[in-house]
Amino acid sequence: MTSIKSPSTPQPTPPPPPAAALRVGTSDLGALVTNNLRQSGIYVALVVIVALFAVLTDGVSLSPGNITNIVLQYSYILVLAIGMVIVIIGGHIDLSVGSVVALTGAVSAVLVIRQGQPWWVGILAALAVGVAVGAWHGFWVAYAGIPAFIVTLAGMLLFRGLTLRVLDNVSLSPFPAEYQRVAAGFLNGLLGGQGFDAFTLLIGAVAVAGYAVSGFRTRLARIRYQQRVESFPLFVARVAVVGAVIMYFAWQLAHARGLPIVLIILAVLVLVYGLLTRRTVFGRQVYAIGGNLSAAALSGVRVRTVNFWMFVNMGFLAAVAGVIYSSRSNGAQPAAGNMFELDAIAAAFIGGAAVTGGVGTVVGAMVGGLIMAVMSNGMQLMGVDQSVQSVVKGLVLLVAVAFDVYNKRRAGTAR
Amino acid sequence: MDTILEMRRITKTFSGVTALADVSLAVRRGEIHAICGENGAGKSTLMKVLSGVHPSGSYDGEILLDGSPVHFRGIRDSEARGIVIIHQELALVPYLSIAENLFLGNERRGRAGLIDWNRTNAEAADLLASVGLHENPVTPVIQLGVGKQQLVEIAKALSKKVRLLILDEPTAALNDVDSAHLLDLLRRLREQGITCIMISHKLNEITAVADSTTVIRDGRTVETLDMTSGAVTQERIIRGMVGRDLESFYPDRVSVPGAEVLRIEDWSVRHPTQDRMVVEGAALAVRAGEVVGIAGLMGAGRTELAMSVFGRSYGRDIRGRLFVHGRQTTADTVAEAIDRGIAYVTEDRKRFGLNLIDDVRRNVSAAGLGRLSRLGWVNGNEEIKVAEASRREMNIKAPSVMAQVGKLSGGNQQKVVLSKWLFTDPDVLILDEPTRGIDVGAKFEIYTIINRLVAAGKAVIVISSELPELLGMCDRIYTLAAGRITGEVPVGEATQENLMELMTKDREIVG
Repeated sequence: MTSIKSPSTPQPTPPPPPAAALRVGTSDLGALVTNNLRQSGIYVALVVIVALFAVLTDGVSLSPGNITNIVLQYSYILVLAIGMVIVIIGGHIDLSVGSVVALTGAVSAVLVIRQGQPWWVGILAALAVGVAVGAWHGFWVAYAGIPAFIVTLAGMLLFRGLTLRVLDNVSLSPFPAEYQRVAAGFLNGLLGGQGFDAFTLLIGAVAVAGYAVSGFRTRLARIRYQQRVESFPLFVARVAVVGAVIMYFAWQLAHARGLPIVLIILAVLVLVYGLLTRRTVFGRQVYAIGGNLSAAALSGVRVRTVNFWMFVNMGFLAAVAGVIYSSRSNGAQPAAGNMFELDAIAAAFIGGAAVTGGVGTVVGAMVGGLIMAVMSNGMQLMGVDQSVQSVVKGLVLLVAVAFDVYNKRRAGTAR
Repeated sequence: MDTILEMRRITKTFSGVTALADVSLAVRRGEIHAICGENGAGKSTLMKVLSGVHPSGSYDGEILLDGSPVHFRGIRDSEARGIVIIHQELALVPYLSIAENLFLGNERRGRAGLIDWNRTNAEAADLLASVGLHENPVTPVIQLGVGKQQLVEIAKALSKKVRLLILDEPTAALNDVDSAHLLDLLRRLREQGITCIMISHKLNEITAVADSTTVIRDGRTVETLDMTSGAVTQERIIRGMVGRDLESFYPDRVSVPGAEVLRIEDWSVRHPTQDRMVVEGAALAVRAGEVVGIAGLMGAGRTELAMSVFGRSYGRDIRGRLFVHGRQTTADTVAEAIDRGIAYVTEDRKRFGLNLIDDVRRNVSAAGLGRLSRLGWVNGNEEIKVAEASRREMNIKAPSVMAQVGKLSGGNQQKVVLSKWLFTDPDVLILDEPTRGIDVGAKFEIYTIINRLVAAGKAVIVISSELPELLGMCDRIYTLAAGRITGEVPVGEATQENLMELMTKDREIVG
């Protein structure tokens, strides 16, 4: 029988290591990888899938023309995924976005094609309709307290019906050339052609420089606040890898048709929404509501307002996707956007969002969307049957989420 | 000494945090062996190691059963050797019958693999009789009280031919009669030769039934006390658990109340869905540098009163006057209440206080993001600095401010919630059951923090079910009964008896 070891009052635990110790960066790549397993897991998956299809298609999938194609073909899904991941982080879902894509495209087409309004009137009208639809959903979810699943399921039917009504059940086409440029236009030749587009390379270089500078500034700020940062060589390596990927991408685009306008739109959206979710009070409140609604409410978060704007934003982005899609398909069809909601939802979940809310990132959803895009595209190049494509996509969604669940479990349960 | 179980030098770490360090435990055959320690001391982890929830290989050290080493890879392995664990949260399926629950996963089958219901119900009846539960085996479990459900769990263990029964806080949810019944049953099982390990916080029960008591603190075995002599007192056990005597339990404080900070008058709240008043005509006031207690039984309306004041977050049809710093004002939303300098620390931190899947940092800043942001942009570095400062000042035991809050112990979670509200720089803090479900050491720390706040001129309202806590911490205590304030007692005149009398004061007498 041992006696009591320390019969004194409780000792405070030893103070945390002095700030100097924290400032020393970690170069432990293994630790970094494990820490970011959830995120890095999908990056690895994307790289593997890209490599796999590069091999399977004898490099065709990485050809300049095809890379341009992927961008053009899947941009609207990625735009939808941005809004969708925010809605999912907030603990909701939006099943209506496919119908909203159709409706906004239809409104635009009626104005521009049937009534001969200028192209920008069509775009503004589409965006206004999208915002109105979002406000409609937001009202029912936030203020009437109806679950988003029901509200947007109703919206899916409702807005599909309205689309048919607006279009009088027929397809409209074609759009004027200016409108088509949204999805099919390129910025090229601005610096003259040398067999490739120097302007695209320049933009690529600017992007890399921006990434490096902002990364470096964040790093400096973190050091100033005495936080742990990665070691300098690792930082340089990270910038170099990302820079190389961007420049490769730009190089390929430059050797095709130049910089797609839609890619610029997408890049701006990713940048803006990435910052919105990570750095703004609004973004924080979305995570807080999804993580624990009651706790958020009792912390002074205006839950209804945040929920309302979440859906308004989704409606807006659905309209952006609607404009891009109508521009790309050069018209409006009653069945446009069918099943888009499922692709957007799948992108968000593959990208690490949690069904229960509170977890997810815009960048993750983009990677998730790209995984789907590269796979679909690769299988199309290989001439794989539509039925098989669908099976594979379904399995990838399942495996991605299963992997995520497995990771969470391995990360350790509470004591 | 015939030892049935020996755990030698068990060490278990969770992602770098040591939960158990070199814990040893020896249990004699046929005894009731109590394990006590503060929350987070490692008791439950130790039992999970023993029952195979943490499989062999995930910890260091060895387990000897009947003198020979065992390696459990899962709970099935340990059950096969007669070790059954009954968790604090009962694992019964509410809509299945008692008999179905008893043989769940272990069904009594007849020919063709179909369930033999006659045999099932007959064996169930025998098992129920052996634990002294007189219920029809076909009764759905949901119709039983918690005490009887606990007995069903024990009967279920008996059906598995249990030799070593582990009970985690068996009486935590039971009333006194059910608890006494359960302890009697444990004594009877002991006579039948079943060894019992009982984790408990209720020291009076331990002194009543245990033959030995092992005290664990901070993941280490402190001592094993032989209880058979009857010389070991509750105070003796507490000393082992906390490493100090009970006298210093409530830290001293010099009370210098200043100006009035918060006052409510004629405050009434209607139930959100039912047509009845939850709070009626309540009036109370708190001054700077003062701790005011609210005592009341369950359902007296304590939490409801507090939440209705805090931005009308409970109830409807709220009427009354609210004064902050002597000036009449309103706090119709939580955001407004925060602006007025009111903070409410919930009694249920997991449901209402924390975003468990998020990290310490974002939880600390959740209510005060306005202070960290400009034009809607959050300064993430400043946020980390703030969270880091809280971690140091509050002594939050977490690997870093990026650690997930859900993985911290109850006491540390409570400190995170407190940090969150302190960051809003409130003038008055309403603490609803601030020490519920946290261990003795963390309680002491919370009390110390409260004293520090009061010394810094904050006003504090403490709602608590534990009268000793109110008597130890407060300057004045209001009593609440059926939604009405029935008394206001300076702490010098308050005793548990007169408070209890006011808390049970009948409605008619009051009004």
